[in-house]
Amino acid sequence: MRLMAEGLSAKRGEDLIFNDISFVLDASDALVVTGPNGSGKSTLLRVLAGLLHPESGYLKLENCPPEIGRPSEVSHYLGHRNAMKRELTVAENLSFWQRFMGDSPGGTGVAPAEAVAAVGLPDIAHLPFGYLSAGQQRRMAMAKLIVAYRPIWILDEPTAALDAGADRLFADLVKAHLGRGGIVIAATHQPLGLDRTKDLQMTGFEHLAGDHWHDA
Amino acid sequence: MIALFFRDLKLSIRAGGGAMIGVLFFMTVVAVIPFGVGPDLNLLSRIGPAILWIGALLASLLGLDRLFQAERDDGSLDLMLMQETPLLLTVFVKCAAHWAATGLPLVFASPLLGLFMNMSELAIGATMMTLLIGTPAITFIGAVGAAVAVSLPRGGLLVSILILPLAIPVLIFGVSAVYAAIEDPAPFLPPLMILTAITLFFAVIGPVAAAAALRHASD
Repeated sequence: MRLMAEGLSAKRGEDLIFNDISFVLDASDALVVTGPNGSGKSTLLRVLAGLLHPESGYLKLENCPPEIGRPSEVSHYLGHRNAMKRELTVAENLSFWQRFMGDSPGGTGVAPAEAVAAVGLPDIAHLPFGYLSAGQQRRMAMAKLIVAYRPIWILDEPTAALDAGADRLFADLVKAHLGRGGIVIAATHQPLGLDRTKDLQMTGFEHLAGDHWHDA
Repeated sequence: MIALFFRDLKLSIRAGGGAMIGVLFFMTVVAVIPFGVGPDLNLLSRIGPAILWIGALLASLLGLDRLFQAERDDGSLDLMLMQETPLLLTVFVKCAAHWAATGLPLVFASPLLGLFMNMSELAIGATMMTLLIGTPAITFIGAVGAAVAVSLPRGGLLVSILILPLAIPVLIFGVSAVYAAIEDPAPFLPPLMILTAITLFFAVIGPVAAAAALRHASD
């Protein structure tokens, strides 16, 4: 599987957030997106996840089974919010997402009990999600990545609120995913502990925004 | 999809879910009417069906604004938008779960409240039946309003105002079907059929419009 982005740009309101971003990711590639706050990392990831329309450019998949339509259908998106319900237990949350999302062609997800063990918190799956600490919530949101198989993982600041041990655990999860031929795109300020990654440095568009300010 | 239905049902029954809010509001509104109108039993039984329907309409507007907003606040809506499953199917199932949690209790509460209003057995039965047929339409119309106002932090009242004009036909035909059942010359079937048609119509249009609004609201 190969994910190609060609000449992507996106706008928020009137301002161009980034312009002409292109990359090619093959199976087992990881792309680490870095840059200062406000440089458009999250916006880029939302474009890649199909949640925002790019102003120009396109995103496409090659060498993949023909039944796959949009790239977003075979992607996991882990944003700033965990997409878990506070009122439901962790196990209920995970098994809901497993059944709702289903597996993409080419792999199978693991059972929710195995997934919580993989993030190192096997004993608290029976608790309501709202009872957990911020770090535990983030780890459970990562468990969501492996209950339903998706070849592409799009991760926005995945290791925020995590301690050092959880960082390593997460790096192992990502490595295992890459080892199976998956693709990972992560925006982060901290090193993820991966070797052999591609880097994308976002610089932002202060000058463009400034021009716009003068025009208006 | 079945997983989504039961998850939403579970969420609305758990603490803070709001399944009981609607039915409690319905009971409160209808229960105070006899005190306000006074003990004129004939008058109460005459206005009973209309009061029950108005109460049910207002009660089903409560909580509609959270239908998609709760999903958006915790990021679940993003994942629902990304899936291969057509969004309108997701919206339809969410509406069905919302109705089962908030609309169905209204139908079951209506006989008790009918007694408050001194309604005959026939009138109570007809009200239950029309509520059963008509309240899903209110949920489907409401889903459109909820989807349009999904990114507004305090969109509750806006949703009600947006959808109330569209829900008026449901009220008119619901009430007129009940009166047709208890007053002899008027035929019962035509208003009931129109009510059914309205529900079926909005069951199709509502999810399509709501899904389109959700796609545009994503940012």
